[in-house]
Amino acid sequence: MEKEQFYYDNKIVKMFLWATVLWGVVGMLVGLIVALLFIFPGLLEFTGSDNAISWLSFGRLRPLHTNAVIFAFVGNSIFLGIYYSTQRLLKARMFSDVLSRIHFWGWQTIIVAAAITLPLGFTSSKEYAELEWPIDILVVLVWVVFGINLIGTILKRRQRHIYVAIWFYIATLVTVAVLYIFNNLELPVTGFKSYSIYSGVQDALLQWWYGHNAVAFFLTTPVLGLMYYFVPKVANRPVYSYRLSIIHFWTLIFLYIWAGPHHLLYTALPEWAQNLGTVFSVMLIFPSWGGMINGLLTLRGAWDKVRENPVLKFFVVAITGYGMATFEGPMLSFKNLNAIGHYTDWIIGHVHVGALAWNGFMASGIIYWVATKLWKTELYSKKLANTHFWLGTLGIIFYAIPLYIAGFTQASLWKQFNPDGTLVYGNFLETVTQIIPMYMIRAIGGTLYLLGFILLAVNVIKTARAGSAVEDELAEAVPLKKISGKRVAGEPVHTWLERRTVLFTILTTVAILIGGLVEIVPTFLVKSNIPTIASVKPYTPLELEGRDIYIREGCNNCHSQMIRPFRSEVERYGEYSKAGEFVYDFPFLWGSRRTGPDVHRLGGKYNNNWHFNHMFDPRSTSPGSIMPRYPWLLKNNMNASNLEDKMTALAKLGVPYSDTDISEAKQALLAQAKEIETSLRQDPEFVKNYGNSNVQQKEIVALIAYLQRLGTDIKAGNTALK
Amino acid sequence: MEVIYITIGVSIIVAVFFFAAFLKSLKSGQYDDTYTPSVRMLFDDELVKDSKVNNLK
Repeated sequence: MEKEQFYYDNKIVKMFLWATVLWGVVGMLVGLIVALLFIFPGLLEFTGSDNAISWLSFGRLRPLHTNAVIFAFVGNSIFLGIYYSTQRLLKARMFSDVLSRIHFWGWQTIIVAAAITLPLGFTSSKEYAELEWPIDILVVLVWVVFGINLIGTILKRRQRHIYVAIWFYIATLVTVAVLYIFNNLELPVTGFKSYSIYSGVQDALLQWWYGHNAVAFFLTTPVLGLMYYFVPKVANRPVYSYRLSIIHFWTLIFLYIWAGPHHLLYTALPEWAQNLGTVFSVMLIFPSWGGMINGLLTLRGAWDKVRENPVLKFFVVAITGYGMATFEGPMLSFKNLNAIGHYTDWIIGHVHVGALAWNGFMASGIIYWVATKLWKTELYSKKLANTHFWLGTLGIIFYAIPLYIAGFTQASLWKQFNPDGTLVYGNFLETVTQIIPMYMIRAIGGTLYLLGFILLAVNVIKTARAGSAVEDELAEAVPLKKISGKRVAGEPVHTWLERRTVLFTILTTVAILIGGLVEIVPTFLVKSNIPTIASVKPYTPLELEGRDIYIREGCNNCHSQMIRPFRSEVERYGEYSKAGEFVYDFPFLWGSRRTGPDVHRLGGKYNNNWHFNHMFDPRSTSPGSIMPRYPWLLKNNMNASNLEDKMTALAKLGVPYSDTDISEAKQALLAQAKEIETSLRQDPEFVKNYGNSNVQQKEIVALIAYLQRLGTDIKAGNTALK
Repeated sequence: MEVIYITIGVSIIVAVFFFAAFLKSLKSGQYDDTYTPSVRMLFDDELVKDSKVNNLK
């Protein structure tokens, strides 16, 4: 059998490597900044606190951080590893250089678009799916390009056996595509505003079906694939058990997709759905630990190499972090532990063990190793890499432990009762100020980790300068066709055309499937949006505008709107949240973290003036609060120019706005705004400070209207079922 | 809660897709040998010298 010679595309790997380094620094820096905002809420108010810049506030920067580290840093690191390993495992150059380049530049365009639009307040509010609809479409297109490139390469492979890593990449490709599309089905209103086609409980379930699987199929499966390639490669010994890798791959992908509801335990989601999530989450520990054990035991008998090789050190901590996070995940899916952990910093600590140890350290190890292969030289400084390793490891410890303490402390403070049945910490703020020291230690941990990663950047730049890049690397292998022609006698030759047909069939089937469901889904969902609680009414035009401001400012990043049926929560916030109350919530805004108190029953709790002063300066009404200031809400004129379009869109989705409601929306909005201004003017202090301004036209009035509406529909006591 | 039918439906479709892929890989002999692949991947290193023959870039 004659061997063919061909070239691996190293240039695309190099491009993704630089992108990983760049976005890693950026994403972690934004993370550090938002961590510092917990300690110094006025940190970014360089223009004077009364003129704070809206796009630098916490609610807008937090999604920027999460998107940057997940999709920009980890995303690029995954592509770096996939493009390097796929070519070598399949003994083939990538299917198309053009597609590789489109994939790379398309992905970077998405990242830049996200970095611009998220601070500007263009957000769908759904976690890790915040990007608005035009960028969503771009994401899908780029993903399809990646898909064609990957499947194309598999089809033209010269190695018949598909190594387990490739299977992990395939699972990632297919599942991320399906989940992303379904969670981002939205009805556009303007260029950068849309409404989720699902509302309330339905939207919540779909969001966390996606959200959990973003962790599963974006942060886990591809990285496991990378583990199965790079750990044996670097250690130069085969994986502990190839059989185990196959078993745990198939188990993992069949179980993972069902675990989403564990993000919604004790919420208004039907209990059977919650329990389904718990059961699958608990089962997940087996395949997860199968992977961890397989990764760590690959190093059996090679621990001396770990001592000498910084790359293996990174891998060992990464895999250990994976084991810890995947132990904690199933544990937190038990309802009794979830009751403590949910809404607290425990979860933030948990995800950072995954992000910093598993994703960050796998990426770092891969970058160091691939750099030596790309530039054909030794690493510039092993010592520097070791320093990075220790800074990073200390960073993880100083990050996670304080947040575990903070989470547990705050949860127990929330639940403490006096003998007379009142809450010991009735003022939510007291439970926040208690954990500020933990936020300080967390920021130190984050700083250490970022410093370590900057050392990596220096080290890789120096390595690249010292070596010389080989952009197209020569390799040789026996072509596959000849073997297949021999094995199956009489079978038609796998011609180029046929290979194209296979690809074409797969893609069209997926397209038809998705297209068909996209058509069908909204029609029957609209019916299901019929309210089940008679007193729950759609938002008024002004409240709707206020709600969109709430979404724009990212209030849901710190405030939940979901009171769980616990004595401590009902005592603190009021009647627990019912599924039927959220039928007009497009999208749902339940939130996942209570940095501030729950706001579901906020309506009527304070007067309008309190809200006005609180939004201008939270510390004027709540001394010691760490909430950002929103002075621009008092200055910006409300932009209600799309009001009718918004209401028409919502009417299409099932909100019972009549034609008259829509045509008279502007008048209704003005009337309600005027009412709020009149009430604000009853306070002499307000008249003294803002007496001359036309407050009814400002954004703050809409937000107050929305906040005063929250949870009031059933406050009147009318919970009768229709 | 009609959305649950979508999530379950889609999950099952994805699962069936993967199950078919599993059966196909099993039947085509992908898992007949669960040792060689783990060793083979260690020897996929590039050629050092460029012989400029049969360039299939």
